[in-house]
Amino acid sequence: MPEPRTDVAAFDAVVVGAGPAGASAALALARAGRSVVLVERGPFPGSKNVYGGVVYGRVLDGIIPGWWDEVPVERWVVRRSTVMMTGTQSLSVDFRTDAWGAAPYNGMTTLRSHFDAWLAGKATEAGARLVTSTVATGLVRDGAGRVVGVRTDRDGAELHAPVVIACDGVNSFLAKEAGLLSRAEASHHTLGVKEVLDLPPGAINERFGVQDHEGVDMEILGCTRDIPGGGFLYTNADSVSIGVVLSLPQLAASGVRPEELVADLKAHPTIAPLLRGLTLREYSAHLIPEGGYDTMPALAADGLLIAGDAGAMTLAAGLWLEGVNFAIGSGYAAGQAVDRALTAGDCTARGLASYRADLEGQFVLADHKRLRKAPSLVLSDRVQQRYPGLLCDLAEGMFTVTNPTPKAGGLKVTRAAAARHGVTLRQLAGDTLRGLRIFG
Amino acid sequence: MSGPAPGRSPWDGISFEERMATVDFRVGARAHIAVDAEVCRSCTTKACVSACPANLFAPTSDGGILFNYEECFECGTCYMVCDSEGAITWTYPDGGHGVVFHHG
Repeated sequence: MPEPRTDVAAFDAVVVGAGPAGASAALALARAGRSVVLVERGPFPGSKNVYGGVVYGRVLDGIIPGWWDEVPVERWVVRRSTVMMTGTQSLSVDFRTDAWGAAPYNGMTTLRSHFDAWLAGKATEAGARLVTSTVATGLVRDGAGRVVGVRTDRDGAELHAPVVIACDGVNSFLAKEAGLLSRAEASHHTLGVKEVLDLPPGAINERFGVQDHEGVDMEILGCTRDIPGGGFLYTNADSVSIGVVLSLPQLAASGVRPEELVADLKAHPTIAPLLRGLTLREYSAHLIPEGGYDTMPALAADGLLIAGDAGAMTLAAGLWLEGVNFAIGSGYAAGQAVDRALTAGDCTARGLASYRADLEGQFVLADHKRLRKAPSLVLSDRVQQRYPGLLCDLAEGMFTVTNPTPKAGGLKVTRAAAARHGVTLRQLAGDTLRGLRIFG
Repeated sequence: MSGPAPGRSPWDGISFEERMATVDFRVGARAHIAVDAEVCRSCTTKACVSACPANLFAPTSDGGILFNYEECFECGTCYMVCDSEGAITWTYPDGGHGVVFHHG
């Protein structure tokens, strides 16, 4: 019997994964007049994707001018609350501004099935070919070992191109196969589990103190027991997203089930009244690459670039929790770099090196580099286990009126709170300085 | 493990089955997870059992692991927390199959 013939289709570039990184890469290439195929393993872009819940859209200013008039937004975030809690207390820094409620806006809540599909639509409008329900199962290499395409699970059909851009997410099998990502390191990853709960728009406005298309973003520390991580709560148009993000090794060691921690957060006295009577619309989970700059793989090989979560580009720096914008920024830059390499006729790692240089010069790697020490501080024992309680006790000590006992001074209350949580003033000062060095 | 066993009594009024019933799974014919039972029998931690957000792994009385692939979030937690390289082989389900998130 003759060997079955392998179907091959040839393009200028193959982009794997139609999330924000892949869609942006395909958009850049299509705009440059390149033939590009965008391969998505789900039935539609965004169908495999989950995020905490805020997209910072300014990265789109130069890519899709006036994006805010057409993006599938749920709500524009005008309130950002940073909450520290213990089982019975919470202390919030609650910021609100009108500025974030008008163009060009700041953050928006959206659903990935809507947002990713919208962005991929931009790529196809520009001429990219989107192929859904297709897994890129491996790399195709030439005799010299250069990547020249991908194999797919469509009867083994191959897609050939001088360059492949792997935007295949946190588990990136292509980056692993290429040797750019080593064995997946649990300590560089967190697990996010999320519940989307139905809540009518009017009830959201009343409970969260917003109106019309305004939304709220709450980031929560101290709600994950002894597992490093945090919680979040975001308002969508007619639902809220609530969940926790958990450091993988400690989650595994604890034996606690992830959904139990979401249930903990939902039952907290500060959160429970906001969620009363809600019904569950969808439960979801996804991994997040949180290691930051120092854990990023090399971003290029001969005939291959990686972008987005595949390149560990989620920024998990405590005060800032961003990912979709980094995926868009890196994906678009990858597409542009591939266009330059095709023009120069050099798609080796050296020919693709302008990609990294471009990212170093803009927010994508500049932010990561500047905040490279943040993930370890944010997930450290004192920040996770001691400071939320210490700060709550400090607030309680300051605001509890103890008549007839006279008021204690701030320093005395601080000393007492620190002692109760096993923190010395020297450690407190040291961590403050460390925080200033990282975030300042 | 503390608290009620998942799937039996709910943490927050929602049983695990009810939770999973909110998720759209388009189950494919091919199992995308493979587990080497021999390796699992010598594993003392069995971290996959508690960490998997879809609760797909269950310990068996003979020290092995029973798993199903049908209602998988495709997150990758199981193979990342696994102590023994190669005990859990994990790939993506065939194109168009597996989990479909509508509110991710």
